[in-house]
Amino acid sequence: MITSKRLAAGACALLAALTAGLALPVAAHAGEPVGGATPQVDLVLDVSGSMRERDIDGGTRMAAAKQAFNEVLDATPEEVQLGIRTLGANYPGDNQKTGCKDTAQLYPVSTLDRTEAKSAVATLSPTGWTPIGPALLAAADDFTEGASSKRIVLISDGEDTCAPLDPCEVAREIAAKGIGLTIDTLGLVPNTKMRQQLSCIAEATGGTYTSVEHTDELTDKVNQLVDRAADPVVTPVATEGATSCADAPTLKSGLYTDREEFGQQRWYRVDVGPGQELRASVSVAADRAVNPGYGVLLRAVTTHGREIVRGEAAGTGRTDVISTGLRYPKTESDSDDDEAPAEAVCLQVTHAFSASAGTKTTPGLPLELTVDVVDGPSQAADVASFGLGRGWWLLGALVLVGFLAGVLWGWLSRWRVAVWRTN
Amino acid sequence: MRITRALGAAALLLGLAAAPAAADSSPSPSASADGDAPTRAGTSFRTATEIEQGQTATADGSAGDYLYWSFPADAGQRPTVKATVKLPETHAAETWQVDVYDGLRRRQACQYGAQTRTAAADAASVELTCVLRTVRAWSEPWANDPLPGTYYVRLTVTDLATADLGLPVGAEVRADSKDIGGSAAVDGSLTEPLVPGIAVKSQAENGGSDAESGSAVLSAIEPEDGWSSGWWSDRWVWTAVGGVLAALAGIGGYALTRGAGRPRRVPPGA
Repeated sequence: MITSKRLAAGACALLAALTAGLALPVAAHAGEPVGGATPQVDLVLDVSGSMRERDIDGGTRMAAAKQAFNEVLDATPEEVQLGIRTLGANYPGDNQKTGCKDTAQLYPVSTLDRTEAKSAVATLSPTGWTPIGPALLAAADDFTEGASSKRIVLISDGEDTCAPLDPCEVAREIAAKGIGLTIDTLGLVPNTKMRQQLSCIAEATGGTYTSVEHTDELTDKVNQLVDRAADPVVTPVATEGATSCADAPTLKSGLYTDREEFGQQRWYRVDVGPGQELRASVSVAADRAVNPGYGVLLRAVTTHGREIVRGEAAGTGRTDVISTGLRYPKTESDSDDDEAPAEAVCLQVTHAFSASAGTKTTPGLPLELTVDVVDGPSQAADVASFGLGRGWWLLGALVLVGFLAGVLWGWLSRWRVAVWRTN
Repeated sequence: MRITRALGAAALLLGLAAAPAAADSSPSPSASADGDAPTRAGTSFRTATEIEQGQTATADGSAGDYLYWSFPADAGQRPTVKATVKLPETHAAETWQVDVYDGLRRRQACQYGAQTRTAAADAASVELTCVLRTVRAWSEPWANDPLPGTYYVRLTVTDLATADLGLPVGAEVRADSKDIGGSAAVDGSLTEPLVPGIAVKSQAENGGSDAESGSAVLSAIEPEDGWSSGWWSDRWVWTAVGGVLAALAGIGGYALTRGAGRPRRVPPGA
């Protein structure tokens, strides 16, 4: 049985391959990663005066960080380019203005020379302020063009001391530049305010926040984050949706990102040929404090404004994204000419997030859109597979009908014999 | 597509004699060894860690993380997602939730199972379950029915005290499925399963470019024995058996009207 299924499957695959070969492949490679790009990680370490405190496994926070860095530098995968940036390492004075500019690149983001990086880390001693915002801004510029993924790992033991620049807004602005950067934060022996600030930074870029109280936790987490950076990930293509269907950018199959402000709508266009199916999904991320109760609506609309199909989702409570999707199979044209034009389908995205009081509403929320145009499905002609039956009622009915037919046939033939004999 | 299905049907009719009449015999995913189960989780749809059905994936995370996994589910299966979260020694009460999304990132409803559960203060772990609806081979575009393809699992805490934010937690996720068989066999089928990025992937394969050189795809997921072609279901067996029984009953009915042996008063030579 399995063999016959395999055979059939093979035949199907062959046929599918043939039909796929006949259909001209549309040249769209959006969303594909650039070949040869390397993942890059920038470790940003707080070297402020408070790192002197002895509360991690009996040693100072600085000692724990140094030990963790040494182990991480040993374990970093070959393909990852790693850099180290410090904040508050050089200026011991109490001029806030100067102290808040105190961030320096300790080791540039490049292929790792382990001994050199380790000796650079060894020179560090806890000194100054905690300028998290400026350090993040500077770290965002440490990366080189064409990195496949960019990750900042921020290790800090105190909240930012450089008000009014809010590091959380800084992080959001960095993310909005569309360079595909993630910030993960680690808090050493954190207090409530620091937890909120660091997790706000992480959420702004889709990163993670972790509290650390022991050296081995720190090592494990940083290693995990560096490994995560090494995973190949599809890089989305930045696009900008229009405010109406007529001016919307035409998208091909791929992964796209955009930003959508509160109350805005975004339009995109996709060409769908006859016999093809459009699959689109959209997710809008909550990268800042939003009110509970939110939603997203994705509509596929014809150029004349008729809605074809919609995907909608609503939710409440804590979330990172809200997402929905839709399918639109375009039926094959009745006339058999291959010239049948592709239909331009407009996709409209609206979301129903609302910003919490006191939260900045710009830049817009990050939006991720996937578009796939594939061969259309074979339509169902019946509820059941091939219209086949199943179950005891079916067997009973068939047996009954068969029996009645047999009886009837028997009587008929008896009657015919009788008629023939009387004649 | 119709042609391929007709071909499939033809192949079936040829092979029907050899087919065992066992109902519900469509292949079920065999549980693979946990030796190579993933030990990490993704943090978004894009980075979700791919797992097989029957694998127990583990991950270390922090309370407040959004952890993502993805697994394949094929037509006729009814997936069950189980998640266990190991909580730190001391913590306040916190609520955890597991959500399942399909390949179009549409949230899929859980038929039953505790999708959301609140762990009491200092509880050691919390267990969550979500039993999805049966995956259909086809549905109308306006429906939200589960279709064959990638399924995303998102595990997160929905309510916790700020003091617990970022504390280390351990997560364990497992997806299994029950084979529903022919009763869920519907007509129609998708040409491609609902796997995100499949259009980009197949283009890369057609173009013969560096598709195999570790280049990233949104989802490279596939069941161990491939996606089912969709034409087989035990409905064929039921229908065929029904036909045979009907024929036998017909013969029986016919014989009943004729009595035993030749009719009376017919001369031997007639």
